[in-house]
Amino acid sequence: MIWDLEKYHDNTVIIDEYGQAMTYSELAAEGNRIAAVVGGRCLVFSLCQNTIGSVAGYVSFMNADVVPVLLNAHLEWELLHGLLVAYQPKYLWVPESQSEEFSGMEHVYASYGYVLLRTGYEKKYPLYPELGLLLTTSGSTGSPKFVRQSYTNILANAQSIVHYLELDETERPITTLPMNYTYGLSIINSHLLVGATILVTDKGLMQKEFWQFFKEKQATSFGGVPYTYEMLDRIRFFRMDLPSLRTMTQAGGKLIPELHKKFAEYAQEKGKKFVVMYGQCEATARMGYLPADKAVEKCGSMGIAIPGGMFHLTDMDGQVVLEPHVTGELVYEGPNVTLGYAECGEDLIKGDERRGILETGDMAQFDEDGYYYIVGRKKRFLKIYGNRVNLDEIDRMVKGHFEGLDFTSAGVDDHMYLFVTDSGLADGVKAFIVAKTGLNSAAFKTIVVDTIPKNDAGKTLYKELAKYYE
Amino acid sequence: MNNTEKYNQAFMETFELKAEQLPGLEYQAIPAWDSVGHMGLVAALEDVFDIMMDTDDIIDFSSYEKGMEILSKNYNIKF
Repeated sequence: MIWDLEKYHDNTVIIDEYGQAMTYSELAAEGNRIAAVVGGRCLVFSLCQNTIGSVAGYVSFMNADVVPVLLNAHLEWELLHGLLVAYQPKYLWVPESQSEEFSGMEHVYASYGYVLLRTGYEKKYPLYPELGLLLTTSGSTGSPKFVRQSYTNILANAQSIVHYLELDETERPITTLPMNYTYGLSIINSHLLVGATILVTDKGLMQKEFWQFFKEKQATSFGGVPYTYEMLDRIRFFRMDLPSLRTMTQAGGKLIPELHKKFAEYAQEKGKKFVVMYGQCEATARMGYLPADKAVEKCGSMGIAIPGGMFHLTDMDGQVVLEPHVTGELVYEGPNVTLGYAECGEDLIKGDERRGILETGDMAQFDEDGYYYIVGRKKRFLKIYGNRVNLDEIDRMVKGHFEGLDFTSAGVDDHMYLFVTDSGLADGVKAFIVAKTGLNSAAFKTIVVDTIPKNDAGKTLYKELAKYYE
Repeated sequence: MNNTEKYNQAFMETFELKAEQLPGLEYQAIPAWDSVGHMGLVAALEDVFDIMMDTDDIIDFSSYEKGMEILSKNYNIKF
């Protein structure tokens, strides 16, 4: 059991924007009912929303040793179908409004707008005893690759977050990120440990209803990816009167230093905390944080390792970097480093493949005081609105779908450039990627080129493509 | 171009739609009009009408029709 819910019995655990609420005791009771219906450890696909039913199902599964796979409720049907075939879960936990899409499945339980469906799959893949939950790495592209997180990973990371953000039961975080996204989930996980109240809404920052809910229920904190902070800047957040707000956290990619400074100074002036953090799904969620009192002084840094974790850098020869301002690959060690990946049902029995050490793929430096700065990436991926998107995977998907097309993708965070050699396919390629990733089309720009530049060995010369967007 | 045409064009270019798809269009009714798309739309409208929209107007802008109402009432743009 991850959370001792009875400890905070009368505290309100979740409130939604329609005024519906639930106490910790009620959530514990709901957990018992769900556990009784599910009848023991098995795999469940959970189609997530920021609603009471979605969160209550997740908490109940986790506390009953049932392994949930958290997916976005808006995941494209074809992608979802592929995942179902690959993993053969025993149940689905889905919004009532979507249950008709699964007509062949048996309806076995319903509560708070969610229904539990028995899939009828015969196959039952064995589950490693420590396996707690499965998450996608990017929340997009529908890759069957999941990150395997253990109970120890989840608890250790949540406790660390409670410690460095100094969370207690008076906190009221409001949801701004999907709960199937590792950062959004870490906010739920950590706050449930201290008896806090989670304000859930599917409404976004760009909607009046969000801010009404925020003010009415006195939200104390929210999290955001770089794009969230750009939006807040755009809607002139600094002019809003939000007395209940205590803490803003940022992760999911590097915020541009000008905005980091702006929010850090705003927080300092208003007596609030702005905490830049660093993490990955492969480390459960968090690895680093910049303490709020250093937000202005160390602007542009992602900080230091979280309590219980350690960072170091390794250079090209695999040697540990000892000098400040020297670039190396960032390596993290801690109890929150996840077990490894799964790509199909057979992988769910696998044990701990990382043994507490994660090579992050991010290139970094530290300064004289030991504060870390991300300076680049080892692998070809971009962060689009906080979602990691693997460019090689995009290339493979496009080439697989459009036979004979020479194609490659490149770009900078939040802006992906699609290089196609056939102008007639330009719109089709973009529409395909938008559909597959579920990301807003504003992130993608198509560029028609005569040929994709390659060297004699046939390797794409990405540097030559950079002139189109730098 | 008159103001209605300018207004429509901002929608059409931001969301890749045709003029006949605009009436009745609401926030989140199409994948393109999410928070990211909304920011793009506001930027396009501010640009074409040379205005700076207030926070309350940006977050109140929940449909094609509501947007017209906000621009004509608070920014003196006649349609």
